[in-house]
Amino acid sequence: MPGEDIVLRTEALQKSFGSLEVARSVSIELPRGARHALIGPNGAGKTTLINLITGQIRPDSGKIFLEGRDVTQMDVAGRVRHGVTRTFQINELFPNLTPLEAVTLAVCEREDLAGQFWRPLTAQKAAIDEAFDILTQLQLADVATRPTRTLSYGQKRLMEIALALATRPKVLLLDEPAAGVPKDESAMLFSVIAALPADMSVLFIEHDMSLVFKFSSQIVVLVGGGVLLQAEPDVVRRDPRVREVYLGQAGYV
Amino acid sequence: MTTVSQAATDPHSWLRGQSRWSYFEIAFWVIALLPFYFFPTYLTLASQIAITALFAISVDLVLGYAGIITLGHAMFFGLGAYAAGLITKAGWGEPLTGLVFAGAFAALIGFLTSFIIVRVRHLALIMITLGLGFLTLELANAMSWLTGGADGLRGVDVWPIFGWFEFDLWGYTAYSYSLIVLFLGVVAARRIVHSAFGLSLRGVRENLTRMPAIGSPYRFHLQKIYTISAALAGVAGALLTQTTETVSLETLSFQRSADIVVMLILGGTGRLYGGIIGAIIFMVARDQLSGMNPQYWYFWIGLLLMAVILVMPNGILGGLSRLAGRRS
Repeated sequence: MPGEDIVLRTEALQKSFGSLEVARSVSIELPRGARHALIGPNGAGKTTLINLITGQIRPDSGKIFLEGRDVTQMDVAGRVRHGVTRTFQINELFPNLTPLEAVTLAVCEREDLAGQFWRPLTAQKAAIDEAFDILTQLQLADVATRPTRTLSYGQKRLMEIALALATRPKVLLLDEPAAGVPKDESAMLFSVIAALPADMSVLFIEHDMSLVFKFSSQIVVLVGGGVLLQAEPDVVRRDPRVREVYLGQAGYV
Repeated sequence: MTTVSQAATDPHSWLRGQSRWSYFEIAFWVIALLPFYFFPTYLTLASQIAITALFAISVDLVLGYAGIITLGHAMFFGLGAYAAGLITKAGWGEPLTGLVFAGAFAALIGFLTSFIIVRVRHLALIMITLGLGFLTLELANAMSWLTGGADGLRGVDVWPIFGWFEFDLWGYTAYSYSLIVLFLGVVAARRIVHSAFGLSLRGVRENLTRMPAIGSPYRFHLQKIYTISAALAGVAGALLTQTTETVSLETLSFQRSADIVVMLILGGTGRLYGGIIGAIIFMVARDQLSGMNPQYWYFWIGLLLMAVILVMPNGILGGLSRLAGRRS
């Protein structure tokens, strides 16, 4: 059963900014190969949860386990090196690097080659090949040698994923990967996500319910910083509380 | 452009093309030899320019590539200058080992201060580099028993290079020596810039938020380049000591820190040669203008700086490469 191989587990994560509770005892589990969606109304704490899991912010209390190991005290880069990588809702790319350079950089950082100042970059053949493979897989090979800032918006969203994939994550957290992308292109983006390696665990935030129901194996519903429900799509679809939240009643704060 | 369409199929050849020596570079080094034949009376100035250019490259590595804004880099130039002077006073006047000693000493101080540097950014960074520069200057001023204080370090005695090439009055040896060291400095800097490490520095400059998200220990990268840059600045300072056989407190001054940044921005940051071009223009202009009017020559530097930056916000080389890009 997939439920037995839990890759990522959070245990009662708690975080407040002043009097505002942004995470209320959040405990979720992500099995290996999961395709879990994280949904909830605006301000529910979805991005906060991703920030907590990746280490951008530290919880007031609670713990995060990666493959059974407590990573709560680890910094962002350390968690990436142990296999927890995210993408950003608003592009965080390298505007003046080409996609080839940017992804090669990410591969070099993973392989601890990025400190080598005496070897030419061109000598890092394996890293360059891997970077180009990732770009090819994401249909970015044609623009691999153009500055990232000149790419189309949809291509930039793909670059977010390409940079994350270069770290070889065990857990990939996608913060609204299709944010701002036209509907026809967002389906294409999600087909890329669906084609990710089967042993990679993916947690994605998405507002488009048809995409959520189509691509997720489980859905985590977050409301007011707390988990309302974690269940299969069919269960979530029928749950009256979820319907209520999505009809815009603000009773769950 | 043909290179781009080729690159779409072969990433390796595209990356090789990025680091290849350009015709511009080769032409530059040929032109750098011209003063020997055409301006033999200006060899001393040419030597000073080469030294300043090396200093500018050291600043470009941190400012242009890694995005560390510094207004205190003269501290490493000056530390190198004093180290090279003091080792001759201790009885060892061999110039090449003197350079190595000065570079190593500046690198050590660079490494120690890098722990503070990587903790701050933006305005705070400018203040910290500025503060460290002032501290070093006043320390050197106060330790006059060692440095000679405001009178400068006297009695610097540098042996001939390889025991043969003496430093002459006309500057033949000085310019040859400075030019060769500058060339080696450029080769080393090019190597760094076109390595995986150089790429990571550009990553830091482009987007600091993303670096940890791709698992980068970017603070180590910054400490490393700061140390390397300090070493290079120290070597430049040592060159000045060895070719002029004197060291003054001016080598540590804020003016020198600020001037070098002006030269770099004038020529164009993040291109290595921008600093060299900037140094040539600045130093030649200073030489000519101060000859005409020794008091107000900064007026013209100010005018030049504004004119260049208004037309070419990315400096002279930035503007030229944009023009070249538009034509093709």
